[in-house]
Amino acid sequence: MTGRVRLAALVIGAAVHLAGGAGAEEAKEADGAVLRSFDVVGDAIPAPLTGRRGDPDRGRAIVVSRQTGLCLLCHSGPFPEEPFQGTLAPDLRGVGSRWSEGQLRLRIVDPGRLNPETIMPSYYRTDHLRQVGRVWQGRPVLTAEQVEDVVAFLTTLRD
Amino acid sequence: MTACAGVARRALGPMVGAALGIAVAAAAEIPVDERRSGFDFMSRALQDMQRDDTLNPGMLWVLEGEELWHRKAGAGNLSCADCHGEATSSMRGVAARYPSYDEETRRPVDLQGRVNFCRTRHQQAPPLAPESQELLALVAYVAHQSRGMAIAPDPDPRLTPFRDRGRRLFHERQGQLNFSCAHCHDDNWGKRLGGSVIPQAHPTGYPIYRLEWQGLGSLQRRLRNCLVGVRAEPYPYDAPEYVDLELFLMDRARGLTVETPAVRP
Ligand code: HEC
Ligand code: HEC
Repeated sequence: MTGRVRLAALVIGAAVHLAGGAGAEEAKEADGAVLRSFDVVGDAIPAPLTGRRGDPDRGRAIVVSRQTGLCLLCHSGPFPEEPFQGTLAPDLRGVGSRWSEGQLRLRIVDPGRLNPETIMPSYYRTDHLRQVGRVWQGRPVLTAEQVEDVVAFLTTLRD
Repeated sequence: MTACAGVARRALGPMVGAALGIAVAAAAEIPVDERRSGFDFMSRALQDMQRDDTLNPGMLWVLEGEELWHRKAGAGNLSCADCHGEATSSMRGVAARYPSYDEETRRPVDLQGRVNFCRTRHQQAPPLAPESQELLALVAYVAHQSRGMAIAPDPDPRLTPFRDRGRRLFHERQGQLNFSCAHCHDDNWGKRLGGSVIPQAHPTGYPIYRLEWQGLGSLQRRLRNCLVGVRAEPYPYDAPEYVDLELFLMDRARGLTVETPAVRP
């Protein structure tokens, strides 16, 4: 059973890889729109998914939200008003100086590409998942706009 | 898996590598001397609430279960006690070794499944609904008879393939957030997921009184909570997946003590 799942994932993975070219993705967003394609260069996605940079204030709200970003389930960070922060992942303090904007974008969009063993969810990917809850099927965790807002906020975390 | 994944990853590029990462999670099992019940991760106040029968709300269900044990039901007009006598002796140890193998369905059955088999097969009564007050009360009463005993799973070899399937489910990533049970409960127990400390997922005290539920609930209800937490589609109540998972979890909890009815946050 696991073998078959793995094989199916492999075949689908290869098909997407060949058909879409390097890093191109085709899937649906929450509103049914096709997931935007993007180019991965090294360990980064240099260009915004939406063609323009997001809004850091909206990004902050997403990062601290327990319904949308879910980041603080695992991470802690400079959010003094948030009492319950996770200890499963590195502190987000200073990520804007550790990583470039493009590196941060890939780390939100699909961290599994950099570390297949990671527990961090891929926020902008809908394939190769199993047993996804009915209401979440075919939807990435965040929309392209939300990813850009989060990235814009993370770049401001400089110390 | 590892050797073949390595080759595939090199040959087909990072996308396929990521895809393979989904199917199987590498997780180390918890060494026997580090196994700890969810009880150990609770505040002192909650531990006291569980330990003191006059404070433990779960005891209300146990008392109701005792009454139901002696109540006649169904076309057979038989009570549990008519067949099994006093639960204090006949049911002692049962919860410590369950799930067990059912000859008729040729599958493992958990305690609540067994209670319902007794109802339909012997009492000729309708099965009790999942999470109903009556079913929880009977299961709590039966499991309570094993309180303090060490978990010692049934060695019946016919259970092995089902336990293996449970083990596989435990290690497979699932849901929109794409975690396996092992990611949290083998690799990250003791850490904080938001406001909650992640326990080791030992089914030592079920059914439990959970403060968040304001009531008693089964292990299946607990597992559904974890599935919904990772945005996975929960299996319907009484799905074989839950029993297979329980078989594996009980094996993983071997030697820990039955606590029913436990209290959890
Ligand atoms: C389930 C856990 C989990 C969630 C939820 C999560 N992360 Fe992560 N994140 C990790 C882990 C673990 C790492 C460490 C690197 C790795 O394992 O890939 C990480 C690494 C990172 C990094 C690189 C940090 C560094 O110092 O190198 C950034 C940036 C990041 N996460 C941002 C986010 C944001 C923003 C969100 C929410 C939108 C989020 N994460 C949600 C687990 C999580
Ligand atoms: C993202 C983290 C996470 C994942 C994945 C997860 N759990 Fe849990 N689990 C928890 C937390 C946290 C608790 C503690 C209760 C709470 O606060 O929700 C818990 C509690 C439990 C308990 C109760 C332990 C006790 O002492 O009563 C069991 C059993 C359990 N989980 C089994 C599982 C199984 C089986 C899976 C996979 C189907 C799973 N969990 C997936 C986080 C997780």
